[in-house]
Amino acid sequence: MGMTMTQKILAAGAGLPSVEAGQLIEAKLDLVLGNDITAPVAIKEMDRFKKQGVFDKDKIALVPDHFVPAKDIKSAENCKCVREFARRNRITNYFEVGQMGIEHALLPESGLVSPGDVIIGADSHTCTYGALGAFSTGVGSTDMAAGMATGKAWFKVPQAVRFNLTGELGKWVSGKDVILHIIGMIGVDGALYQSMEFTGPGVASLSMDDRFTISNMAIEAGGKNGIFPVDEKTIEYEKAHGAEPGTIFTADEDAEYAATYDIDLAEIKPTVSFPHLPENAKTFDEIPEIPIDQVVIGSCTNGRISDLRIAARILEGRHIAEGIRCIVIPATQRIYLKALEEGLLKTFLEAGAVVSTPTCGPCLGGYMGILAAGERCVSTTNRNFVGRMGDVTSEIYLASPATAAASAIAGKIADPSAY
Amino acid sequence: MKEARGTVFKYGDNVDTDVIIPARYLATSEPSELAKHCMEDIDKSFIKKVKPGDIIVASKNFGCGSSREHAPIAIKAAGVSVVIAETFARIFYRNAIDIGLPIVECKEAAEEIQAGDTVSVNFDTGIITDETTGKTYKGQSFPPFMQQLIDAGGLIPYINSRE
Repeated sequence: MGMTMTQKILAAGAGLPSVEAGQLIEAKLDLVLGNDITAPVAIKEMDRFKKQGVFDKDKIALVPDHFVPAKDIKSAENCKCVREFARRNRITNYFEVGQMGIEHALLPESGLVSPGDVIIGADSHTCTYGALGAFSTGVGSTDMAAGMATGKAWFKVPQAVRFNLTGELGKWVSGKDVILHIIGMIGVDGALYQSMEFTGPGVASLSMDDRFTISNMAIEAGGKNGIFPVDEKTIEYEKAHGAEPGTIFTADEDAEYAATYDIDLAEIKPTVSFPHLPENAKTFDEIPEIPIDQVVIGSCTNGRISDLRIAARILEGRHIAEGIRCIVIPATQRIYLKALEEGLLKTFLEAGAVVSTPTCGPCLGGYMGILAAGERCVSTTNRNFVGRMGDVTSEIYLASPATAAASAIAGKIADPSAY
Repeated sequence: MKEARGTVFKYGDNVDTDVIIPARYLATSEPSELAKHCMEDIDKSFIKKVKPGDIIVASKNFGCGSSREHAPIAIKAAGVSVVIAETFARIFYRNAIDIGLPIVECKEAAEEIQAGDTVSVNFDTGIITDETTGKTYKGQSFPPFMQQLIDAGGLIPYINSRE
């Protein structure tokens, strides 16, 4: 029986000729990631290993990005813990404030992810790197500690769900709308314990940024990973970012899938996920008038340069509605600089938005845009759970950068198709 | 400990890690501190009522969302002896096993056991007994490798035992 793309990567990582769904394997890791929330817990756990030290100082990435620049004393202590651990172990890929960015935008941009890699990260959105044809998945801090100590992790080989993409996206429709549509279709546990494999002729038309956004939210359908085949766009991206060429794996013709869904990209419309689950996906024909208080454009899901360009195109020459706070967060320093050079930041500021240094801040209710009781936010982030961005009675509506920008101008949830 | 026994706290589908332990408390990883806020955004009374040994029963996809290990740490430190659910989100599932928080997947038990019931779980046999109703259920058994991790007391003791 043939293997899926994910199964082939895991088989290679485990040094086995083949694997099958359900098999428990131990695979070698090409990269182990942690941030300022999860790494301190892992670092504390590191003391419990008989064998001390890290397996490879070049294959660990430590990215303080959640509560930095430190939002309070406890956050500063966490950052200090990560910084000192990085120094002590001479970790090559430690990213201080000033070089950092939101981890899942930063690692691909820094050329640290190659096709065929096996990557774990103590952050659920580690699945983002599937966009580059790597196997990457989120784990907890103990798994991260074990990964840093041994260079290995255990995995249950997943079954796959296949999404056969055809057609091309329409105007103002992007990867975010695709993944919200998919989660709406299969539910927040629709791919539980499974890999989501995106294939078909429609893949070629998707930009790398669209693919990152789609892979990023695989976890929101319960997926173990979300992976794309490697094509010319992937190779071009990797070259531009100085990544190693890696190994390109393709699914066997006779690979087995638990389910296959056909998706015509041309039929996807701007989509908004209503509180309090990403699966509550709606299109504008079913959305009533909903006034809002805040808009967030950023995060590991949608803080990349093309996201900012889209938002700026809609905001250019217009002004954000009175009483609305619009917070724009470029995901990395490099994206920030590019946005500056392209004049996007000027557009945001003239429109009445604020621009923040890269941070996960508001996405998880950390800081930089917390919601008060009853407030509503249209956000390009990835989760709209109860209390995620602030008070338990606040509401988050997940949407694309285009929908978020249109909503900021309208002061209510608004369809970007009007632009 | 090969057996758990306690009073049931019951929750529905998709209990996410943000309601298990909100991110506003993640600046600390101290188990006793985290326990103080466990389940706060879904059930403010939980932490006032929970006693050592008590049991959480939930429906589908328990622990979905963030990878924060703070979630199973908070539940364990609150004194919960086992979480029974129809299914668990995969990162929570791994984390629970890694840190030695007992979990059991059982659809029937998750559906039928009610809040306030007294329930016991025998980890050797996987038998869940609702002492209030007298009904018994069989939880799904773990693959041998995972059972080894559980028996060792979690991932790190397991790795150390192989050195």
